[in-house]
Amino acid sequence: MSQAELDKLIRSNYEAGFTTTVDTETLPPGLSEDVIRFLSDKKGEPDWMLQWRLDSYRKWQEMPSPTWAHLHHPPIDFNEVSYYSKPKSLDDAPKSLDEVDPELLATYEKLGIPLHEQEMLAGVAVDVVFDSSSVFTTFKEKLAEAGVIFCSISEAIKNHPELVKKYLGSVVPQGDNFYAALNSAVFSDGSFVYIPKGVRCPMELSTYFRINEANTGQFERTLIIADEGSYVSYLEGCTAPQRDENQLHAAVVELVALPGAEIKYSTVQNWYPGDEEGKGGIYNFVTKRGVAHDNSKISWTQVETGSAITWKYPSVILRGDNSIGEFYSVALTRHMQQADTGTKMIHLGKNTKSTIISKGISAARSQNSYRGLVRISPRAENARNFTQCDSLLLGDQCGAHTFPYIESKNPTATIEHEATTSKVSDDQMFLCRQRGIDPEKAVSMIVNGFCKEVFKELPMEFAVEAGKLLEVSLEGAVG
Amino acid sequence: MLEIRDLHATVADKPILKGLNLTVNPGEVHAIMGPNGSGKSTLANVLAGRDNYEITGGEALFEGKSLADMEPEERAQAGLFLAFQYPVEIPGVSNMEFLKAALESVRGAQGKEEWDSVTLLRQARAACKQVNLDASFLKRGVNEGFSGGEKKRNEIMQMLLMEPKLALLDETDSGLDIDALQVVAKGVNSLRSPERGIVLVTHYQRLLDYIVPDFVHVLSNGQIIKSGGKELALELEQKGYGWLTGEEESA
Repeated sequence: MSQAELDKLIRSNYEAGFTTTVDTETLPPGLSEDVIRFLSDKKGEPDWMLQWRLDSYRKWQEMPSPTWAHLHHPPIDFNEVSYYSKPKSLDDAPKSLDEVDPELLATYEKLGIPLHEQEMLAGVAVDVVFDSSSVFTTFKEKLAEAGVIFCSISEAIKNHPELVKKYLGSVVPQGDNFYAALNSAVFSDGSFVYIPKGVRCPMELSTYFRINEANTGQFERTLIIADEGSYVSYLEGCTAPQRDENQLHAAVVELVALPGAEIKYSTVQNWYPGDEEGKGGIYNFVTKRGVAHDNSKISWTQVETGSAITWKYPSVILRGDNSIGEFYSVALTRHMQQADTGTKMIHLGKNTKSTIISKGISAARSQNSYRGLVRISPRAENARNFTQCDSLLLGDQCGAHTFPYIESKNPTATIEHEATTSKVSDDQMFLCRQRGIDPEKAVSMIVNGFCKEVFKELPMEFAVEAGKLLEVSLEGAVG
Repeated sequence: MLEIRDLHATVADKPILKGLNLTVNPGEVHAIMGPNGSGKSTLANVLAGRDNYEITGGEALFEGKSLADMEPEERAQAGLFLAFQYPVEIPGVSNMEFLKAALESVRGAQGKEEWDSVTLLRQARAACKQVNLDASFLKRGVNEGFSGGEKKRNEIMQMLLMEPKLALLDETDSGLDIDALQVVAKGVNSLRSPERGIVLVTHYQRLLDYIVPDFVHVLSNGQIIKSGGKELALELEQKGYGWLTGEEESA
């Protein structure tokens, strides 16, 4: 198959690229202590929260932005970003879905998340974050019966300050890195989850993030605490409208798995990737990390198809003995997208185990890097890691890079690393076409096959969605 | 159904076929034999439309339509099937998924009734049984980790399901032991019908003991230099190709 044909296949339009006209209250661009005070005040936060933000802001000002990633972008002017945007109709938080702005609901329906339906299907509880504010959390009552707290982080600050104080920043400290510090200073909203001891969360929890306003940054903050022996599966989806300017997204996600708990965190990230020439798109700088205590398990699964720039390393600190960390990732880049993504598995406890399966797919003129660290500390007896990194190239102008870092300070550790790079071969394409399968379908089938090991880790409905998303991303005919 | 007139073709710009003529009518089985490098496999791949295999002169008509004007998938949808000499692996794509996509496309294009998943599975299992493949192969990735013989039987299994009008078999016998060869031959023979044309490309006469052809053609240097009945294959077996090409080569 020729390069031109391949190019045609991977050029497709972004289906979530519409904008919504909603009256908003948006802060003018710029960042200062006053902006943070305003923002904190708007949200009616207690003083300890404001101080925490200001403390983070001061740390951030001292920090240089990281340059070590295999990413190239013009310097970001953080004073051109607006740090607060909120649909006006959310001023009085809705008490039921009937009170939510119909325009907003229509937006989510377009994105395929009909809240009404969700409510009835009773399977997934959804929290929706639109620009800076949390719109509504469905199923609150049903979850409350099980003792599960699932709300926006703003509500949690007000209603569950003891939990927030104890755990916020406990996994990703304020000064952890440049973008985490920025997020700590200005985070707008996000989700909060607490699963009590021994409780198996009765449904999948889910959050959809959407950036709508131009020149707005989204800085959500998610905190999930699974108390001893509990279990939760959490899904996260992201979209943004198609705009010529770059938009900034700098999120922090903290997971705490207390002894014997299990957290499964799945992401389908489909932020606007920019056009073929690299114009527009989301800059996605995200810090995701979990701490796994004794006998607990944290599993990250991500399908990353969007964003002009992705800088993201969902990690697990295996603090407790016998704890397990997993990372399953599919990252697809096309157009001029750049992704530098991977994971860190920090083995501190004895008999800790980690698994990393990373599948990178690069098309057009994109650059796709896997960056992963496996560190075995001196006291992590019998730690085990298995890493598999596979790259698939579509065309001859893209790049796939693998940067594995392995640091073992304990001789009893077992570490395995496998890496492959392959192309969708002409022979595979010809076999499919000779059987009557059109080239578009053939590419998507081959790519889906390549990702199978990761997709099977996703909850059923997400797996279907992820498969479709890849298909759309690889499709030439749409639009 | 297949009409090839004065066909010239290149592979990566190198001339391989140099004025080839061949007519295949429905119900006929043709064997194309010839020494290595004579253009046998090229012919099969040109007809199926592989990239870099280009028709530079003459014509190849399938049911009156010029194959040169058709994309590979259109040729398949029209009923042309190629059993590959070296079937490629597609990791992670199950045989079943692959067959579903293929059959949907081809049956749809031919106006045949669509198979629901139950029918598809039943048919696929029956086809597996016919070529001695365990039904578990349907769940495995296409040719993924299959032995050489399993790959060839997988090709025949696909052919049985696709029910092509014209089947091209490119050295399907190579690398098969005698038991597998008989299984493959049985599969091909079951497809023999008055509506179907079959073209066997092979280096050895051995396959033709099990699939008896109506016509045998000898290809040399891009042209058919001799045609005859099944007895020609036996003659070749005894005398080698050198007898016809004037070169020191024996089969």
